Amino acid sequence: MVTALALERVTCTFPPRGNALPYTAVAGATLAIQPGEFVCCGKSTLLNVAAGLTTAKEGQVSVFGQPLRGLNTEAGYMFQSDALFAWRTAFDNVAVGLEFRGVTPDEVQQRAGEWLRRVGLGGHIHKYPHELSGGMRKRVALAQMLIRDPKILLMDEPFSALDVQTRALMENELLNLWTQDRKSVLFVTHDLEEAIALADRVVVLSAGPAAGFVGEFKVELARPRDVAEIRLDPEFIRIYGEIWGCLREQVAKAYQQQLGA
Amino acid sequence: MHNRLLLRGSQIGLLAVLLLIWHGLTASEILPPFFFGRPLEVGARIVDWFVSGTIYPHLGVTLLETLLAFVIGTLLGLGIGLWLALNPFASALCDPYIKAVNAMPRVILAPIFAVWFGLGIWSKVLLGVTIVFFIVFFSVYNGVRDVNPVVVANARMLGASKRQLLRHVYLPSATAWVFSSLHASVGMAFVGAVVGEYLGSARGIGYLIMQAEGVFDINTVLAGVLVLTLCALVLDKLVSMAEVRLLKWRPGAVGAET
Repeated sequence: MVTALALERVTCTFPPRGNALPYTAVAGATLAIQPGEFVCCGKSTLLNVAAGLTTAKEGQVSVFGQPLRGLNTEAGYMFQSDALFAWRTAFDNVAVGLEFRGVTPDEVQQRAGEWLRRVGLGGHIHKYPHELSGGMRKRVALAQMLIRDPKILLMDEPFSALDVQTRALMENELLNLWTQDRKSVLFVTHDLEEAIALADRVVVLSAGPAAGFVGEFKVELARPRDVAEIRLDPEFIRIYGEIWGCLREQVAKAYQQQLGA
Repeated sequence: MHNRLLLRGSQIGLLAVLLLIWHGLTASEILPPFFFGRPLEVGARIVDWFVSGTIYPHLGVTLLETLLAFVIGTLLGLGIGLWLALNPFASALCDPYIKAVNAMPRVILAPIFAVWFGLGIWSKVLLGVTIVFFIVFFSVYNGVRDVNPVVVANARMLGASKRQLLRHVYLPSATAWVFSSLHASVGMAFVGAVVGEYLGSARGIGYLIMQAEGVFDINTVLAGVLVLTLCALVLDKLVSMAEVRLLKWRPGAVGAET
């Protein structure tokens, strides 16, 4: 089986801003995601490198065995902040990925309608993003990404701006959609509970600068899962304790750095 | 709704009061009517123009010049604004020249344009274009730099080519900035047309004003100014209507017209 997405000894340095020194966000990070695997980690920089939006200073990214050059065309990306086209309705936002690809208008109509129903937005398709609630905008963004049928999903804290209830709803929605065709997912979150509830594997990185690999934990909770209920599962609590033991040190370190800065 | 009617009524009332004061001051000759005109005669002149139809050829020419200047200046400003904003090298190259041309008092170009393009409409259109262009250009140029980089990244990840990025991300964003500058440029397009006519022409409202000034007919001068003002208001209203239609996706755009 070919690895879906592999990052090998990736180092990522941002050019100095003003009189600050160059900032090394990630140093020597290695990460491999198998087809159909759901992995959570805590570093957006890795996601941008995997998407081809940021170029790594050192190291290599490969997608299904091929070295990545330019943008990762196999991947869909869901952004943390609002990335919808404000001048397009929900329907046209979902359709845009197919339009870019030159799919015939009839097929675009049909597939976009289908995806809007799938994410539960059947009744609001002609509204503009500012007329939708935060949760509905996330549903549009989800359909916008999935309609192109990418083999890899890159998600950057996509639900962090939502309130707790909507967030649990969206997480279940995502798991539900994901179970249907099991794409590879790299999901960035700083919320450990969210990570365990969603993932097959949780990767812990050290606190920046020069974040590197610290540990990884398999999450062998049964699927399908309900993110709200699984938090009460004894196995969930055991894994939480295990990862937290590893994470605590890094969180304390990050906090110290913030105080020092 | 009620408040709106009250406001409209008060606005008309304010106009009536100002006209009355003008009338009172000139009728009692506190202000010499020779220099300040008489509102009734100004009104009679406007009515006469439209009833006898003598104004139409002049008004037509002025409106044609204004609209041409407005449309050409806007399209050029939009096109070049987008192009320079997306080409860092070209933008850096042209930067000092754009600043210089913008700083120049361009109304002074009117006589030069008259020499280059003759006394017909094109010297006036060009003057208007140089004024409108910069207003639109700067708002688009600065606007492109404010395009949300996340939306651009999203479009790229969704497979947008460079052309599609321009057509589906930059152009729609730019429309919003163009409209914000169009209200400012409506009046300025008239400035180009009228100043051009004033300096040398055989037709147009600016020509009528110049003629009347030559014989100290202050009523006709003021009548011309009023007609121009009304035209500018109508054009501004049309821009507002187009804005509401085209920018209905913007939060608060519906009902934002006043």
